[in-house]
Amino acid sequence: MNSVYYGKLIFELSKEGRCGYSLPKNELAQYSISDMPAELMRGEAPALPEVDELTVVRHYTNMSNNNFGVDTGFYPLGSCTMKYNPKINEEMCNHYAFTGLHPLQNESTVQGALEVYYNLQASLSEISGLSEFTLNPFAGAHGELTGLMVMKSYHMSRKDDKRTKVIIPDSAHGTNPASAAVCGFDVVVVKSRPDGTVDVEDLRPLLDDTIAGMMMTNPNTLGIFEHNIAEIAKLVHEAGGLMYYDGANLNPMLGKCRPGDLGFDIMHINLHKTFSTPHGGGGPGSGPVGVRAGLEQFLPNPRVVADEENMRYKIECNDESLGSVSGFLGNFGVIMRAYSYILTLGKENLRMVGPLATLNANYIQESLKDCYELPIEGVCKHEFVFDGLKDKSTEVTTLDVAKRLLDYGFHAPTIYFPLLFHQALMIEPTENESKETLDGFIEVMRTIAKEASETPELVKTAPHNTPVRRLDDTLAALHPVVTYTELVADNQ
Amino acid sequence: MSKIIEGLYYSESHEFVKVEGNVGFVGITDYAQHELGNVVYVDMPEVDDEVSQGEEFGAVESVKAASDLMSPVSGTVVEVNEALEDEPGLINKDAFENWIIKVEISDVAELDNLMNAEAYNAFIGE
Repeated sequence: MNSVYYGKLIFELSKEGRCGYSLPKNELAQYSISDMPAELMRGEAPALPEVDELTVVRHYTNMSNNNFGVDTGFYPLGSCTMKYNPKINEEMCNHYAFTGLHPLQNESTVQGALEVYYNLQASLSEISGLSEFTLNPFAGAHGELTGLMVMKSYHMSRKDDKRTKVIIPDSAHGTNPASAAVCGFDVVVVKSRPDGTVDVEDLRPLLDDTIAGMMMTNPNTLGIFEHNIAEIAKLVHEAGGLMYYDGANLNPMLGKCRPGDLGFDIMHINLHKTFSTPHGGGGPGSGPVGVRAGLEQFLPNPRVVADEENMRYKIECNDESLGSVSGFLGNFGVIMRAYSYILTLGKENLRMVGPLATLNANYIQESLKDCYELPIEGVCKHEFVFDGLKDKSTEVTTLDVAKRLLDYGFHAPTIYFPLLFHQALMIEPTENESKETLDGFIEVMRTIAKEASETPELVKTAPHNTPVRRLDDTLAALHPVVTYTELVADNQ
Repeated sequence: MSKIIEGLYYSESHEFVKVEGNVGFVGITDYAQHELGNVVYVDMPEVDDEVSQGEEFGAVESVKAASDLMSPVSGTVVEVNEALEDEPGLINKDAFENWIIKVEISDVAELDNLMNAEAYNAFIGE
């Protein structure tokens, strides 16, 4: 594609009066626009681009060719589980029986959709070992907040209002402390041991009657299974707190291990990660929250329940609930895709997800640890972290390696997270990738390590083959230009 | 190689304090700015705020990460470096010259809890 000619913004292609549509006949011609109340009228027409259909099609087709997604290439983004989204999921959620539904329709006319909700709630319960689920939260962090609100409601229901603190490991996802703070809790950090797992001895003195609970990811953000989880859960429970499971890393557990069995009381699941619904660019997500028996009354309103007597599903609210966290019942399209994924795989194949994701990650880790620094030795789960290149003398950073990967047609892994290491490079291949793809990635990573020693400038100035070269992220952070109006103002 | 200046006091969380009389100039070390990368925002307290040794008094945000700032000394903030509001990148140009807050130190004995240049050099060399 010639990006010089076609690389313009849609606003720059605009020509006054040009248009790519024709509106149907105005059936309200007898009314004058001046009959509208003045406060409902806008002062001037919106500044929308005026373009013909062919220009629009070329513009967006060319732009989509610059995009990178799981359908284009390998996407080993740590902590994000960018697995393939099977096309059958799209087909299912685009079925005409679902696409025309309205959330205010009478219950009796949406029994099929409610059955999907109910069955997915039941499937997630079985997969996670928790008693009940709500599908209402729109994303992972929204699920975290909802789960913490359940925690708060539980303590408040017992009139135990001293519990204002939530314990979070120093390796946690940044959303954990953020969600806790949004929910009004104070965050207490527990340290990691040199092997990357929670330091139980550091945890003990933190536990008292001001602790509402503890948030954990297992395996943690270093891709390591928290082997002391039973003891940690016991200690937190003895102190009167609840255990919260951040489901971001649920993928390697599928079919092997259930958070409910590990002692967790509340969890969220990222359907858009573990259950193969598309994500990236901020949405759409879905963050169902599950709770153990005894906490279900606190789940948000409304809920889909089975009315077995009348053999139907109904939407119900209850007074003990923490309230509402969303309009209606979450992102139905995402929920439908996840349900389709679970049914497509079935119990037997779903059991293979965790082991295959783990095998793939370990294969890459072992194949690259002679040229990339592996700070924590041992078998990882679905992802692992390198602390940059082994050869530190080249001054080639993790950022440079990530940029160079783009030249070879791979999406970059997560970099500079977790914060425990200075040059973190976090790789998660997922279960979908073939051995050939993994081998291709390994070969490229080895090539980059070699380039870093022999021709460091080549790596430091990467990417060379992408539509745009290295961007000035400092300037972008300091002075973001996000609208065309700002761009025009900037250029003047 | 990170720059380290003799005569300053250093904390394990990579802040420094330069003491003049009972006033301390507090900032982050050259090593810290190097590890953080380009600084894009500095969250500073207000004048007259109280700070305590080892407690958070603000945050510094870079293209890589946001990190809390821990005060190496206890006392009262008497001045904040307003130049950093418009140009946070000054920290990357010279971290020691571009201090973040000026503190009237309430307990000089607390300086004993900090490292000298030699100890800090060994600390970051680990």
